Amino acid sequence: MSAGTPSLSFPHRHLLGIEGLSPEEITLLLDRSESYVEQNRQVDKKQSLLRGRTIINLFFETSTRTRTSFELAGKRLGGDVINMSVQASSIKKGETLIDTAMTLTAMHPDVLVVRHPESGAVQLLSEKVDGAVVNAGDGSHEHPTQALLDALTIRRRKGRLQGLIVAICGDILHSRVARSNIALLNIMGARVRVVAPRTLLPAEIERLGVEVFHDMAKGLKDVDIVMMLRLQTERFHGSFVPSIREYFHFFGLDYAKLAAAKPDALIMHPGPMNRGVEIDTAVADDIDRSVIRQQVEMGVAVRMACLEVLTRNLSNAAPAK
Amino acid sequence: MSARTLFRNARLLDPASGLDQAGDLLVEDGRIAALGKTLRAGEAEVVDCAGACLAPGLVDMRVELREPGAEHQESMETGAAAAVAGGVTTMVALPNTEPVIDDVALVEFVARRSRDVGLARIRTYAAATKGLKGRELTEFGLLAAAGALAFTDGGRAIADAVVMRRALSYARTFDLLVMQHPEEPSLAEGGAMNEGEVATRLGLAAITPAAEVIMVERDLRLAEITGGRLHIAHVSTEAAIEAIRQAKRRGLAVTCDTAPHYFALNETAVGDYRTFAKVSPPLRGEGDRRAVVAGLKDGTIDAIASDHSPHDQESKRLPFASAASGIIGLETLLPLTLELYHNGHLGLLEALWPLTERPASILRLPAGRLALGAAADLVIFDLDQPWRIDVDALRSKSKNSPYDGRPVQGRVLRTVIAGRSVFLHQG
Repeated sequence: MSAGTPSLSFPHRHLLGIEGLSPEEITLLLDRSESYVEQNRQVDKKQSLLRGRTIINLFFETSTRTRTSFELAGKRLGGDVINMSVQASSIKKGETLIDTAMTLTAMHPDVLVVRHPESGAVQLLSEKVDGAVVNAGDGSHEHPTQALLDALTIRRRKGRLQGLIVAICGDILHSRVARSNIALLNIMGARVRVVAPRTLLPAEIERLGVEVFHDMAKGLKDVDIVMMLRLQTERFHGSFVPSIREYFHFFGLDYAKLAAAKPDALIMHPGPMNRGVEIDTAVADDIDRSVIRQQVEMGVAVRMACLEVLTRNLSNAAPAK
Repeated sequence: MSARTLFRNARLLDPASGLDQAGDLLVEDGRIAALGKTLRAGEAEVVDCAGACLAPGLVDMRVELREPGAEHQESMETGAAAAVAGGVTTMVALPNTEPVIDDVALVEFVARRSRDVGLARIRTYAAATKGLKGRELTEFGLLAAAGALAFTDGGRAIADAVVMRRALSYARTFDLLVMQHPEEPSLAEGGAMNEGEVATRLGLAAITPAAEVIMVERDLRLAEITGGRLHIAHVSTEAAIEAIRQAKRRGLAVTCDTAPHYFALNETAVGDYRTFAKVSPPLRGEGDRRAVVAGLKDGTIDAIASDHSPHDQESKRLPFASAASGIIGLETLLPLTLELYHNGHLGLLEALWPLTERPASILRLPAGRLALGAAADLVIFDLDQPWRIDVDALRSKSKNSPYDGRPVQGRVLRTVIAGRSVFLHQG
């Protein structure tokens, strides 16, 4: 679907997760994103689609890249974007998530982009506000725009998602990126593997439609895509893994382990990377194999597409506005 | 004055004696004076039961009443009003109030408030350890003399094996009962729901069902070496029930109970982060739910307690992991238990026994029987009447029930305490 024919419908008020989306809806979002990729490479990156619209980036957890990416996406579509970091201020004063939602909704934002450290918190907030809500990551649950930007990156390089073998490696247990990607890749007909030590896998993960591996050489065999996940260093204190050295030895991506994958396999990482923990520096910077920088670029385009389709659905989305 | 009331034309049900027959029951001066096919009314006031069931008032062996300390969530008044509306005539409160009931004066406070309120009889457990901190034992002997029925740290497991061993051993000195929350805390720490596919999809930190049987097996060993009487609260897993079944076969002095949510719901009730379905221990998978039904059927599970745990909106309208655990249960205890009868899992007396004489005998309470000379604590209910649970119509001050809108069968019509009708169903 080319740009300029946004007639297909996206029948959701919010984007809370990938689970529940249809292949057609995901394809619609990816197609809309494509047009913005080109636009973002022009000198004049700005549109007026969201003129008059207010977008609030409401972050209960620190983030630089996701927040910046949403901010750029909103501004390039001509909207007014405001950033709010809440982790320090009102929650500590006893104001609840619901109170925050009620306060903000009184200011009539059109879109709330929300990140929260607890699973389900963004959905809870979405039930109490008037505008559209985009989940920018809730606990270990979902991070839908990350999965969409990963899908766009893959589709642009491989031409498709259907039938590809994708290995997601590392801290699956705590990863919202993994859950959203598992959902999206399954919906789009890819084959998904997870590779991790048993302590970093949640129970019954195979029920989500993945093959489970505990050995990188086996898990990466003949894969088209290697997705590495960030290992948060505080996990070492919780004894999920005994040491960085041991983790890198068995589960860090280096050329030796990558040799099992297809010769043209792509390397992805949602960032920020821990070089030498889950990924070797040379592999991360390999310009032929690593698409980590393209992922960042696709992120802005995908978020523009999400803002576009959601604002189109707003109850006040009359052309006059 | 000599008050006489004749309950006529009832289906008399006494699970402990196996009585299930049509007849009348005469109450004189608050006590059961006669039971029989057709009794003469004489001077007595006559209550026509019109064929409804008449059973011993329910004995709810575990509730949280939030008084003292959190009366905005439930007080003795509202809790007792909810109790009698649910057919509960005796309930036993956990000591996890503010302050903690770990002192003789506080046990006496509960007894006094129970008398003042004058509805359901409110008894109390005392904390097993001071401040529920799991370290120093409370004054078991003095607390029991003041009226504490047994010793427990409520929703906190007594984690330290040495402390638990001493609690059981010391309790045996006075022939007292220790009640344990069956969950190994280090395995449960940070967990918000049962481990499995649902938690994995929701991205919630999970608690392995094995956390229950690990604690139960440890405590069964400790009960064995000390000879202490052990009661395991709200069992919810197949493995723990099987461990208790084996222990009972070996002749160990162990009893246990469950709560309606462990046979009426499973973990899928959490759905999309429904905090009203957050409870401790967490709702389990379907296999464990069925094992709870089987445990009730073969008698391994002695009692059903409501686990009434009131929480205000502010405690529940939170992200799932931050929300409080607990479900209110006093007013839904009977109809949810009767589901087991209506679904064919239990006979009617089998369903009522864990709500009456069995918990009473565990706690050595003179209640739960239709016996001559016993206090006339009675519930009269329509076994078949269908209705929908309406949370807003419940008397409890808190409304945290996952059963709103659930169709049930069996309605309390009248609740009688010491011969006095304290609840009448309107409509």
